[in-house]
Amino acid sequence: MATIAQPLPLEKKAKKIEDVGQLPQWKLMVRRFRKSKLSVFALYVLIFFYVVMFLSDFLAPYPHDVLDTNAAFSAPSQIVAGPQGLGIYGVKQELNQELFKWEYTTDPSVFYPIKLFVQGFPYRLFGIIPMDVHLFGLETPPNADPAAPTQRLFLWGADREGRDLFSRVMKGSQISLTLGFIGVLIAVVIGTLVGTSSGYFGGRLDNLIQRLVELVQSFPDLPLFLALAAALPPNVPVIQRFLLITLVIGLIRWTGLSREVRGKVLAFRGSDYTNAAKAAGASDWHIITKHMVPNVMSHVIVVAMLAIPAAIATETALSFLGLGILPPAVSWGLLLRDASTIQAAVTYPWLLIPVGILLVVVLAFNLLGDGVRDAVDPYA
Amino acid sequence: MVNYIARRLVNMFVLLALVSVIGFWIIQLPPGSILDVRIRQLQAQGGNMQQSQIDALRARYGVDDPFFVQYWKWISRTLQGDFGTSFETDQAVGDRIWNRLGISIALSVLALLITYVISIPIGVYSATHRYTVPDYVITFFQFLGISIPAFLLALLLLVGATQLWDQPIGGLFSPEYIDAPWSLAKLIDFFKHTWIIVVVLAVTSTAGLTRVMRGNLLDVLNSQYVQTARSKGLKENTVIWKHAVRNSIHPLVMGIGVLLPALIAGDALIATILSLPTIGPMYLDALRNQDIYLAGTLLVMFSALLLIGNLIADLVLAWVDPRVRLE
Repeated sequence: MATIAQPLPLEKKAKKIEDVGQLPQWKLMVRRFRKSKLSVFALYVLIFFYVVMFLSDFLAPYPHDVLDTNAAFSAPSQIVAGPQGLGIYGVKQELNQELFKWEYTTDPSVFYPIKLFVQGFPYRLFGIIPMDVHLFGLETPPNADPAAPTQRLFLWGADREGRDLFSRVMKGSQISLTLGFIGVLIAVVIGTLVGTSSGYFGGRLDNLIQRLVELVQSFPDLPLFLALAAALPPNVPVIQRFLLITLVIGLIRWTGLSREVRGKVLAFRGSDYTNAAKAAGASDWHIITKHMVPNVMSHVIVVAMLAIPAAIATETALSFLGLGILPPAVSWGLLLRDASTIQAAVTYPWLLIPVGILLVVVLAFNLLGDGVRDAVDPYA
Repeated sequence: MVNYIARRLVNMFVLLALVSVIGFWIIQLPPGSILDVRIRQLQAQGGNMQQSQIDALRARYGVDDPFFVQYWKWISRTLQGDFGTSFETDQAVGDRIWNRLGISIALSVLALLITYVISIPIGVYSATHRYTVPDYVITFFQFLGISIPAFLLALLLLVGATQLWDQPIGGLFSPEYIDAPWSLAKLIDFFKHTWIIVVVLAVTSTAGLTRVMRGNLLDVLNSQYVQTARSKGLKENTVIWKHAVRNSIHPLVMGIGVLLPALIAGDALIATILSLPTIGPMYLDALRNQDIYLAGTLLVMFSALLLIGNLIADLVLAWVDPRVRLE
């Protein structure tokens, strides 16, 4: 491949191959992962989303649940450059009697400038630090009609109740970006534990566990999700319902992983190093934690990475059907519910914005998982 | 072989029995029953209801019976082919299920066929032209297809279709065809209403299967018998389709078992968005209204489809691959 005209790359390449034997495995993995540009990009995208999630209360200009009948189905505010920088013109609401639809007209005489670091509703940053400063917000100019309803900035428009969609997407990320994660975590813990013991101890325990797995797998996924979600008590605090749904996801998803882990452990159990450890007098616990689990870990991580987007989509679907997260809490699935009727989606297209965001996140997780899958086997 | 099938069938019935107990238990978990809804309805219509009337209704529907009594009533009737009367509509459950199940299965099988017809050639092309521009394009669309939740794709297609042309919304037929006998015009009308569901089901499952097909074929293409086949001068097409593809098609065959029930149940969301009267939305409504007999019957039916699908997949696999047959 290399010719005399390009001696440098050849040298470089030789150097890289040379140190393969000296680098720890994780460094090889990182090196391999960096090669798949798309996955690296996906990683940055996800980091961005999670940073936004942690700062969501700071970034959202308004609380997610404040109703405002004066702004029902407001289109995204048109931002204009005015004398005091960026801002929006005042908006008046009128009912179109023929179409029975709210219409909004702008009034260029009143200019509301957008200010950074304005005071707004109180919240706790990272759930701890009490604050009331938000990244941006509208300032009411002196010439505004004091009788008029408070003008608000709708970056992404408003929903039927006049709630700011941008603030709702921000708030919804707190549930949508964590629920799938925790659900998969539960599945991974159960799956690894059960799969390892099943494969390592074998015999009657293995038989029993495999029958159980078979039984759980006899239920088709989605109908079982729906039945369990419908069985959850509806009148519990948000946090509790959140945990129950993660539990449902975890309890259904562990079976596939446990099967795969079992298969791997079965292969490792007969290997020379396990026999050596046994001959040296190592306990079962030692062999499981020091030899079995680390060996299956890379595989588990790959499966988990690819399960997260599926779990996020499951949450969205459940919430969308009214069986997942319930109002007044907000998740992306719940936001899609507003856009679910064709009339709403066509008349108020900005309600489809959460669809795009959800799509980007799920796509990024899938791409990341694909890169990680290639990376955990750095010698290939 | 007969022995094997017999053992599988016995295993299947044991699993189904357990599934029915657990499924019924999950479904009757939430407090209250559809009877409460019904009593409220009757009260709204006819004012005061006597306690004795309420008691009579409760006894008739058996809502106060212990779990196993309820279960026994339900399962013994179901096994005799009597699927009971739906709480909600007083209609025989059997008729409602068969009507809708037929449509759901027809649509799902159609989607399944489309999936296989598309994903095998694309997967093969993608593997034999690895790291070329078309492969990258295919990979991109695969990821998009895997990532987009089916019901969102349905929503986007519906929005697009209503904007671009006169897409009929809701129902399976236009009013003039509902009671008409089957004809070509009725069939066309049917597809005008249902094409989105077929496209969505096919797109989402095609994306996954193409990826699997590509990966498998790549593994097989590196093996020595493929080299041998090439070196003895076989045409490239013969090498790929007769030697390589045949050995990389296992997961696709196994997929039948999982895909068919997944498609039938998966249309719950899509059909809800499209307001199509298929089996999925029926199951959802039954769950929401605590119509436990109907929901239980449907859940067990989905499980039966899954198990039958797996059995069929294993049998097809044995037919495709002589190695499996010998074991």
